[in-house]
Amino acid sequence: MKIPEKILVLGSGGLKIGQAGEFDYSGSQALKALREEGIRTVLINPNIATIQTSRGMADSTYFLPVTPDFVEKVIEKEKPDGILLSFGGQTALNCGISLNRSGVLAKYGVRVLGTPVEAIETTEDRELFAAMLAKIGARTPRSKAATSTQEALEAAVEVGYPVMVRAAYALGGAGSGLCADAAELEARCTKAFSATPQVLVEEWLGGWKEIEYEVVRDSAGNCVSVCNMENLDPLGIHTGESIVVAPSQTLDDTEYQMLRRVSIDVISHLGIVGECNIQFALDPESDEYRIIEVNARLSRSSALASKATGYPLAYVAAKLALGKPLYAIKNCITRTTVSCFEPALDYCVVKIPCWDLAKFKNVDRNIGSEMKSVGEVMSIGRTFEEALQKAIRMAGTGAPGLVADDAFIGPGEKKLKEALLRPTDRRIFAVYKALAEGWSIDRIHDLTRIDRWFLGKMAIILSCEKELSKIDKSEAPGCELLREAKRLGFSDTRIAALTGSTEAGVRALRERFGIKPAVKQIDTLAAEYPAKTNYLFMTYGGTEDDIAPSGHGVMVLGSGAYRIGSSVEFDWCCVNAVAAARALGEYTIMVNCNPETVSTDYDICDRLYFEELSLERVLDIYERERPGGLILSMGGQTPNNLAMRLYEAGALIFGTPPKKIDMAEDRHKFSALLDRMGIEQPAWRELTDQTAAKAFAAEVGYPVLIRPSYVLSGAAMNVAWDDASLERFLGLAVEVSSEHPVVISKFMEDTKEIEIDAVARKGEILHHAITEHVENAGVHSGDATVVLPAQRLYIETIRKVRKTAAMIARALEITGPFNIQFLAKNNRISVIECNLRASRSFPFCSKISGVNMIDLATRAMLNREVRKSAVSSLDLEWVGVKAPQFSFSRLHGADPVPGVEMASTGEVGCIGTDLDDAFLKAFLSVGYRIPRKGVLLSTGPLRDKLDFLEEARKLEAMGLALYASRGTAEFLSAAGVEVRPLYWPLERKEPNIATLLKAREFDLVINIPKNNREGELKNDYLIRRMAVDFGIPLITDIKVARQFTEALEYEREKGLEIKSWEEYLQA
Amino acid sequence: MSQYMPRTKKASLVLEDGTVFAGEQFGAPRPVAGEVVFTTGMTGYPQFLTDPSFRGQIIVSTYPLMGNYGVPVRRTDRFGLPDGFESGGIQARALVVSDLCGQPSHYASSQSLGSWFEEENVPGIADIDTRALTKHLRAHGVMKGKILVDGCPDVAFGQGEESNPAAAASCDSAILYRGGEKGFSATEWKPRQGPGSADSGMDSRADSWEARTARSGASARPRILLVDCGVKANIIRSLLVRGADVLRVPWNRELVDIACDGIVVGNGPGDPKSCGKTIASLRKVLEGKTPVFGICLGNQLLALAAGADTYKLPYGHRSQNQPCREAKTERCYITSQNHGYAVREDSLPQGWEPWFVNANDGTIEGIRSADGRHSAVQFHPEGCPGPRDTEFLLDRFLAMAKGDRT
Repeated sequence: MKIPEKILVLGSGGLKIGQAGEFDYSGSQALKALREEGIRTVLINPNIATIQTSRGMADSTYFLPVTPDFVEKVIEKEKPDGILLSFGGQTALNCGISLNRSGVLAKYGVRVLGTPVEAIETTEDRELFAAMLAKIGARTPRSKAATSTQEALEAAVEVGYPVMVRAAYALGGAGSGLCADAAELEARCTKAFSATPQVLVEEWLGGWKEIEYEVVRDSAGNCVSVCNMENLDPLGIHTGESIVVAPSQTLDDTEYQMLRRVSIDVISHLGIVGECNIQFALDPESDEYRIIEVNARLSRSSALASKATGYPLAYVAAKLALGKPLYAIKNCITRTTVSCFEPALDYCVVKIPCWDLAKFKNVDRNIGSEMKSVGEVMSIGRTFEEALQKAIRMAGTGAPGLVADDAFIGPGEKKLKEALLRPTDRRIFAVYKALAEGWSIDRIHDLTRIDRWFLGKMAIILSCEKELSKIDKSEAPGCELLREAKRLGFSDTRIAALTGSTEAGVRALRERFGIKPAVKQIDTLAAEYPAKTNYLFMTYGGTEDDIAPSGHGVMVLGSGAYRIGSSVEFDWCCVNAVAAARALGEYTIMVNCNPETVSTDYDICDRLYFEELSLERVLDIYERERPGGLILSMGGQTPNNLAMRLYEAGALIFGTPPKKIDMAEDRHKFSALLDRMGIEQPAWRELTDQTAAKAFAAEVGYPVLIRPSYVLSGAAMNVAWDDASLERFLGLAVEVSSEHPVVISKFMEDTKEIEIDAVARKGEILHHAITEHVENAGVHSGDATVVLPAQRLYIETIRKVRKTAAMIARALEITGPFNIQFLAKNNRISVIECNLRASRSFPFCSKISGVNMIDLATRAMLNREVRKSAVSSLDLEWVGVKAPQFSFSRLHGADPVPGVEMASTGEVGCIGTDLDDAFLKAFLSVGYRIPRKGVLLSTGPLRDKLDFLEEARKLEAMGLALYASRGTAEFLSAAGVEVRPLYWPLERKEPNIATLLKAREFDLVINIPKNNREGELKNDYLIRRMAVDFGIPLITDIKVARQFTEALEYEREKGLEIKSWEEYLQA
Repeated sequence: MSQYMPRTKKASLVLEDGTVFAGEQFGAPRPVAGEVVFTTGMTGYPQFLTDPSFRGQIIVSTYPLMGNYGVPVRRTDRFGLPDGFESGGIQARALVVSDLCGQPSHYASSQSLGSWFEEENVPGIADIDTRALTKHLRAHGVMKGKILVDGCPDVAFGQGEESNPAAAASCDSAILYRGGEKGFSATEWKPRQGPGSADSGMDSRADSWEARTARSGASARPRILLVDCGVKANIIRSLLVRGADVLRVPWNRELVDIACDGIVVGNGPGDPKSCGKTIASLRKVLEGKTPVFGICLGNQLLALAAGADTYKLPYGHRSQNQPCREAKTERCYITSQNHGYAVREDSLPQGWEPWFVNANDGTIEGIRSADGRHSAVQFHPEGCPGPRDTEFLLDRFLAMAKGDRT
């Protein structure tokens, strides 16, 4: 095979539920693998926060939507001779299939590398796929494909209820679910057909074990099964929603080999060249199995398998796509053996999904065959108990491991039974609670179908917990019991809570007994060959360290699980900090526990601890490694929160002194500081009772912003518009007391929000970027549309922002990255937040301005030579726009309107010479489409109606049919705009908005809430929700709506620019 | 409902070089000695523990969680072979694990790993840092060791060591496994006594091994002579399911005097050089044209019979993930292995060539004669435990055996 000279790699776009950070990992590995071969690479991915879109990854990087029309334009321009489709998730795959079908790839002579498109199509079309599997004798569930609801109903009768409905060509099982009867099926199908042309009605295999295999195959036909995994939650819960262990624990050799064999038969028969994921259902009572799904591409599971085994699947898959045989690719971990082998694990891995459901109003907490989780963590241990408890802590829900805490499930036997039967994101705690209440393993098994093996292991944890609780509180646990508790994964904090001690007390006791974790390597071959691997974990299931302490270097703490508000952008910061430190000749140690990340890749740092980001574990590592110091400011809030406690434990922290971090984090101290310097801030008060809260609200005037200081899993910030809503929100905060006060501040309306991202050294700013939000303040900065350089700010405002930032930097002696958020109205600015760490927008600002701010920050923190940046991010010849990526379609019931709580799961950032160009490309990247038919308008309060009048005329001039709710229609008609009035959904009269939404008569819905008040009209909620459920682009902010319309007009006149990032920067 | 039971009985693993690993005792509370080896397979303990190749060895499992799916009910399959096990009982001298599972979960399980060990009077030791132990063995080579149990007397290193474990693992007399319309049977087989019986040995039974020669044809079942130095049940089964009749003979049996369509030399424990008698009888076989296929120890014995040499690997290959390149092809197979000795490549005589080579360390994983009639592999095509990606080698061999007859 002729090796291509230039290869196009498609990315996956903004992070969303079902398609997240794992594709940054796979794309980055692919680009590195190609670079090694001296092949030129072109990358299309609008996700500006990714590592793959960084300098040194691809030769040309396009921040453009991964859609057939944009990709075609890039192909036309770049003329690649090969394309990789399997590294950018379903988005890239679908785009590639479409380009292949339309003949674009053939037209430009672009060869699809690796798995042939035909094979991908076979796996994506369930009927074709079932027929293919039948040919090789592999078993699949009884099933029928249907292209209409009627067909689906007929199929269900044939297959027999209950049936599983699955949508073809869908991300992470969107639209899939169990249907007990015809009514449920009908409802499900109506929704599913909004996103897919075909559904599959399948035999229900609930309660079967769910097992996955990751298999690779080279062009010579050599196959290896890299990893198998077992879901703790049996079939019925999406693998992305399940707790997963690797390798499988309850399969005997016959079963393991049977499924392995079938996997290899399937991958061989399909002719896959690269990686493939195969999901099985296995009957727990016999050796019957069914193939549930095949993903002929890198997937979430393959990222997990890579991290679980140390086998770099994406790297290997990229090499295989070039036609290399497996045995010719070296094992990057041992560096002495080859990649043609199957990893032998000598540890146990547990993955736990992370949900962030508390962030959404009205959302359904039940988990099932569709993904809702936004991230995951992976833990490694030498007992299952240890790995499970570590993973639970890593997930960041606040749980100290397994706990039978009412706070997680609620009290009562009935509730417990319900929690076991109808799984939610907290079922694991319900299981533990049931054990604690004396329910038998069999009874729990009957309700949950979770294998008794897992339940038995949880019971062992419980027994140890009981032993610990039995100890007289005046006494300390004995050496033997303490050792056993640590072996079973109990944290010092948990042991302290059970024995009436403190975390420090337990640590001291452990030290006295000599109980400490051992450092072990992940070497892919279970120690059979000497390995040069730097991939490490800590365990109490061992007595000997595999490696000697490094004794120097820089230890960087990662961001942990991806969740709303903390995602790939912090991984970018960590990876860049490590790269900067390495470039300075420092030995680097990375700590993180998220398998989706690039920071946990084998070649990023000198030592990787795949470990908990807890005080206990970070100290374990720190004390062992004795590095020069720690960097805490790159991984977002998780590591930042450890600053004071690590400092108090004697750790050395690079950058801003922890006392100053505390000064910025502590609201009282920070506020006092601002007051001293005469910097304005919105009025606020910390309050401990309702009466005082109301009095304060009356004093400053509604609306007010409420932030409870103590909430369970997820924050609950809210805006109260009157006494009634204030009371309600205070009731939501679990507890309002002197111990857990709420902070109430004046909520500013009609105000601009501005941010500054900057790097300072010893209080002096080295570089900064000032960004503005398109939306008014009130939309969380993570959900806002952000523009750099700011285009619509007064010079005076900019000057004030700079001056204020400089004062704060000096006062807090900042060394390293920081971010300040401002409100601005009529040239008056006030500070609302200050973070002495890298912020979410650092990658965006760094890439748009062409100055790697993390590199600067790292140099400053390590006290190395660093110069003030010569480039000003105000004087750029181009504009960058960052847009939020929402996943509302996955979160049934959630109201898709941004507010003070962040709701987006990802972001994109695009560049253009003009703001309109960059803006439209960004919005097209997050799923908006250029409307061609009709637009539904319901533009809220009169002021917004007035505001939008000019834009409505523009839409009309574009030839779009305008529809509107009654009030808006009346207003527009009166102003001479031709518009068709429609009835509200609840009016049940035709022509009705709901009917036309279902018929997809609109390809854009602009629905501006009347105000941000709670208790928003049900009709408006219905419109927004239906728009999301039927896949119609929705805009809920008036300023965004105006900007979008302007951009549409721009596109009609000038078209959109197709330029690579590198081209902009060179100009 | 499980109970947290602080384990009380202490045990330790003492290595010849003085290294001591302390842990918890399980199975039979008695001290034993044996060669300490490690295996990296993650599944299949009922199979590897009963694999006669492990006879007399103390096995260290690198996978830390052992006993998860329990031990299956003891039963035999339609061929009369143990089902789910590779021989009648535990062959290993002892087992060393990190985390022993006391509450297995599997529909086929009848008891826990610990209780099986008790029943078979075999000791085990748990809570050992098996990774540290494995690294020690890898660095210093496999060595003698012993398991000592608190309150039990010491034993000497090498106690219970057999000079020829293959002989001990082998069957005592020949067994004939044959298929017919009515199913399968396994019976003791005795050739007719008397001079000149080389070609016409005949016992009193009507459907004897030799009688089948007379009606041999393409459709008849090929007759495979299986040399038993401690052969695994699945090697026998793999031949039977492929339609062969199998005559399993003891390790020291003369071979050339038995008419057959092909000879399989199976696996077994110990140094191949202890099986002098097998090597001698194979030498005679190699002079002829009868197809011969060796597996594991069979590979080493065939090499020695051909005039090549074998040597002891520092820590062997005991795993289910060994990549083997097939010479002159682009293929590389994942194989299951369990051996401590290997064929020395530069010792292969003329007329022989390396057939498979380990992609990781370059050791010989298979040899064949120039005409391809005599061949052997160091790995286990029949898996059990482990992958069976190379099972097709048995098909090829049987096709050759069948082809010869017609």
